[in-house]
Amino acid sequence: MSSSHSYPHEPTGVETRKLGMWVFLSTEILFFGTLITTFMIFKGSDFPGMKLTDVYDIPFTSISSFILLMSSLTMVLAHNALEANDQEKTRVWLLATAMLGAVFLAGQIYEFTEFYHKGFELTTNIFSSSFYVLTGFHGLHVFIGVVLLLALWGIGQRQKGLTLEGGMNLEFVALYWHFVDIVWIVLFTVVYLI
Amino acid sequence: MTKIIEPSKQSSIFRRPSSETGIWSWITTVDHKRIGIMYGYAAFFFLLIGGLEALILRIQLSQPDNNFLTAAEYNAMFTMHGTTMIFLAIMPISAAFFNYLLPLQIGARDVAFPRLNALSFWIFIFGGAFLYSTFIFGTAGAPEGGYLAEEVGWLGSAPNGGWFGYQPNAGMKYSPGTAMDYWAIGLQILGIASLISAFNFITTIINMRTEGMRFMRMPVFTWMTFAVSFLLAFSLPIIAIALFYVTFDRKFGTTFFLTEGGGDPILWQHLFWLFGHPEVYILILPAFGIVSEVLPTFSRKPLFGYAAIVFAGFGIAFIGFGVWAHHMFASAISPVAQAGFGLSTMVIAVPTGVKIFNWLGTIWGGKLKLNTPMLFSLGFIGMFVIGGLSGVTHSIVPADTQQTDTYYVVAHFHYVLFGGALFGIFSGLYYWFPKVWGKMYNESLGKIHFWLMMIGFNLTFGPMHWLGLQGQVRRTWVYAEETNLQFWNIVVTVGAFIIALSIIVFMINWIFSKRTGEKAPFDPWDARTLEWAIPSPTPVWNFSTAPIVKSLDDFWHTKYSEDEEGRAVRREEADQILLELEEDGLNPSEHIALPNPSYFPIVLASGLPFLGYAVIYKSIPLALIGTVLLLIGGFGWGTEPLEEEIHIDSDE
Repeated sequence: MSSSHSYPHEPTGVETRKLGMWVFLSTEILFFGTLITTFMIFKGSDFPGMKLTDVYDIPFTSISSFILLMSSLTMVLAHNALEANDQEKTRVWLLATAMLGAVFLAGQIYEFTEFYHKGFELTTNIFSSSFYVLTGFHGLHVFIGVVLLLALWGIGQRQKGLTLEGGMNLEFVALYWHFVDIVWIVLFTVVYLI
Repeated sequence: MTKIIEPSKQSSIFRRPSSETGIWSWITTVDHKRIGIMYGYAAFFFLLIGGLEALILRIQLSQPDNNFLTAAEYNAMFTMHGTTMIFLAIMPISAAFFNYLLPLQIGARDVAFPRLNALSFWIFIFGGAFLYSTFIFGTAGAPEGGYLAEEVGWLGSAPNGGWFGYQPNAGMKYSPGTAMDYWAIGLQILGIASLISAFNFITTIINMRTEGMRFMRMPVFTWMTFAVSFLLAFSLPIIAIALFYVTFDRKFGTTFFLTEGGGDPILWQHLFWLFGHPEVYILILPAFGIVSEVLPTFSRKPLFGYAAIVFAGFGIAFIGFGVWAHHMFASAISPVAQAGFGLSTMVIAVPTGVKIFNWLGTIWGGKLKLNTPMLFSLGFIGMFVIGGLSGVTHSIVPADTQQTDTYYVVAHFHYVLFGGALFGIFSGLYYWFPKVWGKMYNESLGKIHFWLMMIGFNLTFGPMHWLGLQGQVRRTWVYAEETNLQFWNIVVTVGAFIIALSIIVFMINWIFSKRTGEKAPFDPWDARTLEWAIPSPTPVWNFSTAPIVKSLDDFWHTKYSEDEEGRAVRREEADQILLELEEDGLNPSEHIALPNPSYFPIVLASGLPFLGYAVIYKSIPLALIGTVLLLIGGFGWGTEPLEEEIHIDSDE
């Protein structure tokens, strides 16, 4: 048994933090998977005689979904800007991503209030319960993502600026953000379209 | 000698903690070894509480129609016994082993995310405290048509719907009060702790292996940690969502699991057991890993069929996700599903059998050294086979229908979880005692512990097979005198107290050996894995230089070569190599940067119980306190660098 001086060692070549994020996201799939499965089971149920699908505003939700998808684009632009070491552009695109996320959240809050006024409360029936819990859980993820993006933007204001290594870095947050967007594509299809 | 130069203190929210000893050094530590030790003590404390609850149950059942406990108290006791043993004792004791040993076995200096590691520990502590605070704050009212409120008492003011929380029994109608909320949210918090450690261990194993430590050179214990981490990562989200639904049902009036609102109680069972069955393997696989380390060491032979044991472990983990409905044969599931899950249950016995035969192959023809860890490992094999075989009887659906909810099932899962998991854990506690404390335990007391526990265990759980087949139902606080069940019930109760006695012997051994035990030699067991190639107790920096691994059981091969007939021959220079390893291990030649202690894990974790109380009592101020603590913890964490250099200088 001999020894060398090289610590730390990353035999896979993937940065440890990024790997940790991938593992985290793989469990997130199970979280959403369970929620979506339950939603599908209860989707047909209109007990006691009201249907949530009747109050869906598909054009409105389509627009807010489009806005969320665009935030993935701005996230990629932020990443590209940072790779070119353009700090100012990175901050702009980060802020744009956070704002698009916030607009999506505002849209979700508006949608929830609309449904609520039309008589669909959390406890109206099993369908509305699973709708609010599922989309609300996703909304919570978007909210956390916005907080992370703003934190990153704040870190970028400091002297050293942002880097692609160490700390809570941009790549790390970007992975999370793209994941949340991809989940929304699935949710939008499952909840609103089919 | 070495001295440690104080790190420079950078100001974040708090000043960087700097004490090396004393209580603050433990509270702020991010060292995987210290976290492992704290996990071990905390889990053992809960093991004692869970054991006490079991003794209370056994006193009640020692006589027919006994009134030592009311029905309400009995319900609370068996619920807390199960919940405590599973979530607060066995799982965290396994986590203690993972924490302490995993980095050592793969030649790393720490886990991938040291502060996240501290965070999981503190979340576990706060989760456990939150769950047990039900005895102070919780209430369990009188359910409709059930027992009366005045029968509940202090002991009954705990969760009382079973560790499985079947719906609608655990819903608001049949379990009024707040006790079951403490259960649902407490498990939620504990689940977060386990999830975080699962990410951490998976990342550590993939990315922190030292040079040459290929996957197929990793010790089996590391492999089993890997498998358990995947099981945790993929099964806990399911129960987390199910517990969300329970909390929504109980606190916000939804009806996910209540038929009167269109919900489905069977859905709870599916979600619960989809987590609950992998959970069984989460509890047992660490013991498989421990036994796979102990048996080859004391048989003085390599592990028989290393690859087969590793793949069987992953086979079990994989198939473990496909057998959940065998817990539900008495529920409304279709005959096709019953047949399917019956078959998959039989199939999962195959990889388990592979392991058993490999262990037997390891012992076969070995020069056995029957000391305490070896005795516990051998006991493990015997007891686990009994439990495994009674488990296979459950795969036969008609027989299972007969056995459901009887003591036969109780006997079965105690043979696998006590005779299996706990015997494996005790084996590991003795085996690594010299590593952790640098002292030897008392061998005679260890053997007394083993034999007392072996006898007590079999007296307790053996007769439960017969009691169950004679029709004694579980989760019921009395049995009638005419049933003639009294004799074996007294035997069971006596057995339970013998187990308690054996635990006292263990504690005496532990406390005194730790204080006055002989100094442990460098490599007391002539062992095979990397953690024995460094001094005991393990230095703060683990390895003074990163080891390079060239084969499976690399440490063994530095000590032994083979003669023409393949027998192990100790190298002449072996003793010299060990001396050098000890010398090098104690005196690193270079500066070693270690992660610094941090306040933020405990601050962040302390926010969660407040959020839990906020949900239970629908209180905005408590929610705000919780959120503020989370934010302070998170912000401080994000702005504090992981490490400022600690210099360890060689100083002649």
